[in-house]
Amino acid sequence: MEFAGFRSRLERLGGTVTSQVWRIGYASRFLAYLVLHSGTALRRFRLTVAQVYFAGVLSLVIILVSGLFVGMVLALQGYETLQRFGASESLGVLVALSLVRELGPVVAGLLFASRAGSAITAEIGLMKATEQISAMEMMAVDPIARVVAPRFWGGVISMPLLAALFSAAGIFGGYLVGVQLIGVDAGAFWSQMQAAVDVRNDILNGVIKSLVFGIAVTWISVFEGYDAIPTAEGVSRATTRTVVTSSLAILALDFVLTALMFTGGNH
Amino acid sequence: MPIVEIKNVSFGYDPARPVLRDINLAIAPGAVVGIMGQSGCGKTTLLRIIMGAYLPSRGEAHVLGRATSSLDTAALYEMRRRMGMLFQFGALFTDMSVYENVAFPLREHCRLPGSLEHDLVMLKLQAVGLRGAAHLMPTELSGGMARRVALARSIALDPQLILYDEPFTGLDPISFGVIVRLIRSLNDLLGATSIIVTHDVQEALDVVDYVYFMAGGRVIAEGRPDDIRSSPEPFVNQFVNGRPDGPVPFHYTAPAYAADLELA
Repeated sequence: MEFAGFRSRLERLGGTVTSQVWRIGYASRFLAYLVLHSGTALRRFRLTVAQVYFAGVLSLVIILVSGLFVGMVLALQGYETLQRFGASESLGVLVALSLVRELGPVVAGLLFASRAGSAITAEIGLMKATEQISAMEMMAVDPIARVVAPRFWGGVISMPLLAALFSAAGIFGGYLVGVQLIGVDAGAFWSQMQAAVDVRNDILNGVIKSLVFGIAVTWISVFEGYDAIPTAEGVSRATTRTVVTSSLAILALDFVLTALMFTGGNH
Repeated sequence: MPIVEIKNVSFGYDPARPVLRDINLAIAPGAVVGIMGQSGCGKTTLLRIIMGAYLPSRGEAHVLGRATSSLDTAALYEMRRRMGMLFQFGALFTDMSVYENVAFPLREHCRLPGSLEHDLVMLKLQAVGLRGAAHLMPTELSGGMARRVALARSIALDPQLILYDEPFTGLDPISFGVIVRLIRSLNDLLGATSIIVTHDVQEALDVVDYVYFMAGGRVIAEGRPDDIRSSPEPFVNQFVNGRPDGPVPFHYTAPAYAADLELA
């Protein structure tokens, strides 16, 4: 009896693992197909630009407001610690490096997943549920090329731009609190920041991170939408999966990328 | 030569449970043909076989002169450009206006100058009586109007074969009459062939030239509408006349009523 119970649990575990691995393989084939069929999205670039608007421009408010507040909090917390060591002039460096290297890409990525990623999944899922995807196939139009690819590239283009704007808003928030409110010297704030932030090691690495997060989040979003069970419940589950999987993917990828980029004594 | 010919086709999503069993039908050019039967009898699956979405497990489906099983994706898409399909609830693209919906197949497949595209779209919208609704979004349309826009979209490329999946479901009597009339007139004007999958038998019998009647994955009767109306086949008779009891029983299989009420 004991052995039979153990065996059935083991089988269930095996089944779950196998189906997850299968799903990752399926999603990878989907991505490969999507990239190979991106001709329409790139040739008729207006289709992609429209998606940059939906995924990027419409996310601007949440990104800028969040960035501003994150920067303001960073300045408050950072000043508290730095002044103990008499280094409050380095506040600009602290704020800028935290944002450009980590918080910009990561928090913007998480916000992007919940604002734009979920919308992409829901839209594609509902298009499937209302037979719009089938209708397109019946009109001899490949829905992956026409619907999915422009959304994918739109997301990939938007994400680094949003992360950059998040960091910029954050630095401005840091300036408001650090310089205007607390009274750190403005010259020291900006000049130390300029001297310490390196274009390749900090900014470029931040951009690379946000690009990788953009690819991951948009890939997950379009895949979950296209693979959704075409019912109200199926679409709602797919949307939830998009936000959960994207967030975990961002955090895990962030660890891997940080380990690759910032070890080896760059700073 | 028939425009659609289904020869000994069997199909099942699960090999152990066939949905279609040994179906044969031949549809002549220019005809409006009805495929009728109860929900779940396999008629929508048959429609998907005709549009090449599924391949038969056995037998052959010849559509517009080619066997669907011999087509690669490019050839399948080529075939579908010569077909139009009206989905049950229209399946309009909700992010596009009525005009853009009808223009969609033209923009995807033809490089037309703007003025020509405009004229073609207006021509199709005029045919379904909705030229004045060109600027509306699908959410602003009634069910009947949405179905007519979808019909205009499905004939945008002047198809040779038009497929209708339950085109009458959920329509008010006026919209219903409009759709019935449009199916017939568009078919005759375009010189196309139409296949209507439906369970609205009485209404469909008024518009079709020939009927295939399906039950349990088989064609159990076929003929002209009058033949179907007077069919001796008990199932067809029950279905056409909408009798509550017959070969399809009113009661779902259950233990004896008296036993259930503990009277016996």
